[in-house]
Formats: sequence, C-alpha cells, structure tokens
Amino acid sequence: MTVRLPISMTVNGRARSIEVPTHHTLLEVLRDDLWLTGTKECCLVGECGACTVMVDGASVDSCLRLAAEADGTAITTIEGLADVGMLDPLQAAFIQTGAAQCGFCIPGQLMAARALLDLNPTPSRAEVEDGLAGNLCRCAGYEQIIEAVLVAADVQAAEVESAEVEAAR
Amino acid sequence: MSEGRIGDSPARVGGFDRVTGRQAYVADIRLEGMLHAKLVTLDRARARIIGIDTSEALAVPGVRLVMTAADLPQPMPRFGPQFTDRPVLAVGETKYHGEPVAAVAAETLDAAEKAAGLVKVAYEELPAVFTIADALDPEAPLVQDPTLRPGEPLAATNVLREHHFGWGDVDAAAAEAEVVVEGSYAFPMVTHFAIEPHGFIAAPDGDGLAIWSSIQHPYWLQRVIAKLVGLPLAKVRVHAPDPGGAFGGKQHAKYEPLVAFMALRAGRPVRLVLTLEETFQAVRRGASEVRVRAGFRRDGGLVFRDIEANYLIGAYADIADRTVTKGSYSANGPYMVPSVRIVARSVFSHTTPSTAFRGFGNPQQIWAVESNMDEAAQALGIDPLELRLRNLARPGDPFIPGDRPADGDWAQAVHRAAELIGWGGPKAPGRGRGLALGLKSGPTTGLSYATVRLLADGSIIVNAGTSDMGQGARTIFAQIAAQELGAPIGWVTVVMGDTAVVPYDQQTSASRSSVLMGNAVLAACRDIQAKLRAMAGLLEGVHETVIVVDRGEVHIGERTLPIRDVLVRGLGRLGGEVIGVGESRKEADPDHPLGGTAAFFEFNATAVEVEVDRDTGDVTVTRHVTVSDVGRAMNPSQVRGQDEGAAITGLGHTLMERLIYDDEGRIRSLGAIDYKIPTTLDLPLRMESDIVENEDGPGPYGAKGMSEGALLPVAPAVAAAVHDATGVRIRDLPLSPERVWRALREADETPDSADPATFDPR
Repeated sequence: MTVRLPISMTVNGRARSIEVPTHHTLLEVLRDDLWLTGTKECCLVGECGACTVMVDGASVDSCLRLAAEADGTAITTIEGLADVGMLDPLQAAFIQTGAAQCGFCIPGQLMAARALLDLNPTPSRAEVEDGLAGNLCRCAGYEQIIEAVLVAADVQAAEVESAEVEAAR
Repeated sequence: MSEGRIGDSPARVGGFDRVTGRQAYVADIRLEGMLHAKLVTLDRARARIIGIDTSEALAVPGVRLVMTAADLPQPMPRFGPQFTDRPVLAVGETKYHGEPVAAVAAETLDAAEKAAGLVKVAYEELPAVFTIADALDPEAPLVQDPTLRPGEPLAATNVLREHHFGWGDVDAAAAEAEVVVEGSYAFPMVTHFAIEPHGFIAAPDGDGLAIWSSIQHPYWLQRVIAKLVGLPLAKVRVHAPDPGGAFGGKQHAKYEPLVAFMALRAGRPVRLVLTLEETFQAVRRGASEVRVRAGFRRDGGLVFRDIEANYLIGAYADIADRTVTKGSYSANGPYMVPSVRIVARSVFSHTTPSTAFRGFGNPQQIWAVESNMDEAAQALGIDPLELRLRNLARPGDPFIPGDRPADGDWAQAVHRAAELIGWGGPKAPGRGRGLALGLKSGPTTGLSYATVRLLADGSIIVNAGTSDMGQGARTIFAQIAAQELGAPIGWVTVVMGDTAVVPYDQQTSASRSSVLMGNAVLAACRDIQAKLRAMAGLLEGVHETVIVVDRGEVHIGERTLPIRDVLVRGLGRLGGEVIGVGESRKEADPDHPLGGTAAFFEFNATAVEVEVDRDTGDVTVTRHVTVSDVGRAMNPSQVRGQDEGAAITGLGHTLMERLIYDDEGRIRSLGAIDYKIPTTLDLPLRMESDIVENEDGPGPYGAKGMSEGALLPVAPAVAAAVHDATGVRIRDLPLSPERVWRALREADETPDSADPATFDPR
C-alpha cells in the first residue's frame, strides 16, 4: 500500500498543494504529477544533472530529493526560468551561441548555470567549468555551453549596470 | 539576428523550445489510458529459460498484462536490419545480460516495477563467450542457432561474416618493402550514453497502430512493425519526436516491436522508457582487435598494408556487421598505397548487441592504422606529418580503386591542423604532440524525398523525414528554403517525424542529411521556382524561358521582382499555395563491395598536445586542434558544434570509457556512477576547430556531410602525443590513468618496450 503525504511547495511562483507517495522523488512529482516535463530524467543517481532544478535558490538533482523533503520549499524549474515573454539572459545566450544541440541536457544545464550566476555573477571560465561539472552533455557541446554562460554573465552585468545608472538619475 | 541565408548561423530552428523546456521528447508524451511497461530480465548473460510464473505479478493491483514469449505469435517473430535474428522476447534462452524474457504493463510505473520483480523465472545458466578469443575457440558454444543463417558458410561458427577487401598483391609487394612495421591495437566496448534513455510508445490507432520512438530511421521502423504485426505500411504511423541524442544507437528498432505487441494485446497505449542502465544493456559500439602490418620504402613511401580485424559484436547482429564492413573497407585511410589487403570478421558473443555509433566501425580501424603510422614514422626517422603528407591522396586520386576518387584537397586540412598546433615548433617541457587523420565513407545508397509548400503570403513549410537529433538538420533545411524562396528564416516551418505526413526518407545516418535530404529540399525549391517562372510568364505576358528565378528573386529581362510579388499576384484572390516535390537518390551498385560507392568522404585532421602526470598517469589534453573538410559550411555555428562535440566524444573513448564485463557476462560499469564520459572538467585546456571549404561536395552549395569526422582520429592523435611526451607506446584503449601509469612504470623497468615492432624483410 502506497503511503501518501500531503505537501505544499511553491513551484515557479505558484503555490501547489499535492499528495505525494512517500517514495516518489521530486523529479517524479514534477514530471508525472505537475506535468512539468521540461525537467529531464536520465541517470537517476545524481550523476548526469539532466534533472537539475532550483530548490530555495540552490541547484539540486531532483532525482535525489524525495518530494516529501520539498515540503515548504520554493522550486524553480526550466518552465519558470523565463519571465513572461522575456527569456532569461542564459536562455538567450544558449540560443545565440548554438549551445543547444539535441537539447535534452539543456534544461539542467540552464538551471545549474542560473544557480551559478546567482552565486557568482561574473565567473571565470574555470568557475563555469566547475559550476557545470555535474551536467553531462553527450553531444559534448560544452565549448558553446560555457561560452553561452560567459555571454549571459556579461549581458547580465551590463543590465545591472544600466539599472544602477537609471536608479542614480 | 541573421537572415538565415546559407553561410549564416541563424538561431537553431527548435532552439527556443530546447531552452524553455517545451521540446517534447518521447518520455514527455502522455496518451489517454496509457499503460506503463517494465522489462523482466535475468542477472545472467546466457541462461536456458525453464519456466516463467507470472501469477504473483498478475496479482499486483493495476497490472493489466504480463507478456512472455508464449503470448507472442509462434514461431517467435524476429527482426533486424541485416539479419532477422532478434526475437521480440527471449525464446528458449537469453543471450546477453539484460535481454528481456517478459514484460509487464500496468496502470502505474510503480505497479509495473513491482510486478516485474515478482515474475518468477526458473533458469539454468549456460556456458557463454564474452571475448574475441573465447568466441573464436573451435570448442566455443555457438551464440546463434545455425538455422537462423541458412546457406551461410560460417553459420556453425561464431563468425557472422568474414570480409575481404583490397587491391594489388600484398605478398608480392612485401618484397619491395624496406621497412615493415607491425602492431596490434585494441578498442574496448563503449556505450552511447545518450542523455535521453530510449523510449517507446505504441497505441492502437483506428484500424492501425501508432508508434512513438526516439528513432533515427522512422520509415525503416515503419516497415519492421508493419511486417511483424501484419499491417500495411499506411496503417502503421510512426511518430519520431526529436531524439535527445542518438549517435547511431537509435538507428534501428529495439523494443518497439515488443510494445507494439503489448499495445495490440492490451488494446491500450503502452509506454516503455528505459532506465540508463537498460539503455547500456541495449546498445554499444563493437570492440575490436586489429593487427596492422605496413611496408614502407626508406623514403617513407607506403608499399603495402595488411590489416586483419576482429570486431566483437553482440548476441544479435543488429547493424553491427555493416559497421564492420564499412569501417574496414576504407581502413587504409586517405593514402595512396599500391597493395592493400583487409580481412575483417564480425564475431558474435553473449554481450549487448553492438550497433552503429558515431564513426560507424571506422574509429576502431583508424585507431590501429594511424597508431601504426606513428610507429612507422618513428621507425623510419621521418616526421609523422611528413610521412602522412608523402602518402596522402591528392584530389582525384583513385585511393580506393573502384570507388569515388579523393574528393577533397585533404592536404589543406592537414597543413591547417599542423599550423594551428605549431607542429615542429618548441614545446613546453613534459608536453608531447600527436597528429592523426580520419577518413570515412559517406552513405553508399540513399533515397530522400521532400515537399516544400510556398504559402500564399510567401511563408514556407518544408516536409523532410530526417530526424533532428541535435545535428541541426531542421535549421539547414530552413536555411535552404529561405535562401531559394526569398523568405526570412523565421517564416519557414520544418515538419519532421511523422510517417503519415512527411514523405519517405531512407534514414538519418552516415552524416547524410545535409547532403541527401538537403538536395531533396533544394530540388523541391527548384520545382517551386519552375512553377513561379510559369506563373510570372503568364502575368507578364512573356515566355517563361526569359525568366530566371534564383535565390529568392524573379528576374524578367532587366527587371527583378521578389518572389512574393509574383506569388501574391499569381495565386490571386483564392490564395492557395505552390507545392514543390524534390527527390534525391544515391543509387546502389550491386557489384560494389559496399553495395555502392561513397556519396562523399568525411575527412578530418586532428592534432593535439598533451601533458602526462608521471605520478598518476593522468593525461591532460592541453590543446586540441580539429580541422574538417566540409565542402561548404551552410551553418558555421552548427558545424563548429558538431566538430567540437565529435572531438570531445572521441576523447571519451580515448581517455576514460570502457564497458567492463564480469566473468558471468554481466556489465559491471553499468550506469552513470561507474561509466565515465567527458564533463566540463575533462575538456582540452584549449579547443580549436577549423574547416576547409572548397565547395567541392555533392550537397547543396558544395557541402559535404560532416558530424563524425572530428571523432575519427582523436585516439591515435592523443596516443601519439602521449608517446611524444613520455616515450611510452600504448596500443589498448582507453588511455586511462591506470594504464598510462602502468606503461610508464614498465618503461622505466624495460626501456626498449616502446620501440615499434619492425623488421627489414630481407
């Protein structure tokens, strides 16, 4: 008999209350119960990073986190990365540099990169390599992925700067 | 953002969905009433199935079906692209670790998984073979029942086929050779590790059947399913969502036949998504042992090559023997050699069926032949770059007699790679450089149709049956249509992946699609241009022979009109559209050893610089230069992505990847924890990719196929660099820290061990 537990979490800014089987992972609940299929399933052992989401701002392999543990947290998935009608600078940069090939790892890459830029808005190339080391890409489009993150960091920095100039007026 | 003309790098068509999570892969598709399936497998490679008890499994709430061999038509339906040897479910015995003996379908995946664990299989382990040596032993148990290959002379052995290629007289030529260099080179089993595990859905569809699969060859799959379930082609609809990485592993049917029979029996959609571990058990690259004997004059001129290769394929043939054939046929590489003898065998074993994998049988041969070339350079005292250039085929040279002559100025790529790496220049202490060349035959046959619809407002729909698995085919076809019909690329929609809607395409493989389907799309656009000429002639009252439609414009004498102006006036008030049909064929040649000449050759020159940690054996690639001859880069950004991606994938099998089997034939490096592929921390410190463009390919605008070339010579280039840095010669892949460390230690103990095995034949 499956034991179910009620949990409440904020997913992409929206409050969700749901009963989850206690053995189901956050990944399963996102994909199968909330139908947020942008988060991908691959290795299920926390090695490939395809299922990366942000939990309270930190990048997490959702295959390693029980859904029950996500009770009371705020989750951001790839579906919540863009503002309405406005891509995240990372998404725009991934398109610009041709970083997405087959695309299957890309949601995870983007969420890991977002968590990285939130912590470190101006990373070096080596810091980007470290930040994305848990996200496998078998198309091996790493060069263009890393380039995209560096481009996005520049764009973001320029946006921050212009916002500061704006605020100073 | 660019216009998206040929030579631009517009945003990838499909890129927006890929960065927003909207791209729907097979596992993202939900159908009403869909059941979830789970395979039942044994923890053994080869076992005789004594009995299967499904009663406990059937008692699990939510279970709707437990299918065993007994529930399938008798005799067991079999399939396979080269030999119809693979059963839908194991019958009588399992032949490899992970071969399903039954499958469960249930309302939830939880129930299916639970029930799969409750299917009781009584079995008896049988003797099995997992290595080339064991499989070739005359006393070895046979992997396949000889009756599956009636009339085949080797049916009573574990050799599926033995191939002989070559020209000239190697034995006579041996007398002319002044230096002979000989070596044996091993390439391990590696697995595709597409980040998207294989997924399949089958569903009753009116009076037919619908299949969803992350398949590269949807039309081939359609034929397989139609034949197995006894339906006409038109009643089998294959949906092929973009694969989340395929690399050859998703060319041919795997478990689609199983889910098809399950869906028909259950009368409901059935979905099977493999775990990564199950995917490892489903596809891999063939391992190989290749012996190379090459004869040279003292000036470096190649006199003969004698190559003998054994490829360890799996328990069923899949497309493995074709990889052996195609990889071995061109094993002599891009060189002019008067006498060549190649013998290659595909050897069955009780392991995962090997299949196509980026490079298609060539990386194994290139590892051997290019490593041997480096040893020859050492033995002859000639620079490895010079030795290659001295023997390299020039444009038009018949380097494989009877095939397409050398179709590129390959020396340009070689010189460029050497120049970029600074070949011959000073090196930092402890660093070494290596260089190698890769050549691969493109498709030998092909048939692609495309339809292009020019709509009333000048926007365009392209129907093309290629699978866009990341190579970016959709973008290329949109660029061709935009270029030819004068629309911005944002006005082009490319429809793929539905056999009920999109016309036939033979397959997505061998880096063919930009060339073969590209030509079909181009032909369809030219068909539309012809119709526009007739339309403009009527509108303007001139004979259509004075009208030229080219690259988006209509030229009538001195006047030039945009295509859209003619279209809008020509279609008139009812609107409508202009439909173009394109066909592109690469004809077969039944007398050719491969069934057809190469449509083009992929050529790549790779040069690397490495640093070896003598304490740990760790190899760091400090620089990686890859130069491909692509004819014309229709989309330079995508070309770069393919070349750099192929190069890094090549570093995987070069430095770290290997499937490890235990004595019972079970994969021990099963899954992402134990099987390492390159991450961002394994990249070369500096990656430089460049291309040669001479517009000398058979594709649109002079393009050649590309996507595999940059993978081909990675391993021999790195091994040569390791030798240059350390003096140790390693002939087994991967060059893992352990293996390099052991080789370094051995070299310290026996300093001559790295010398090439050479002899003066006289």
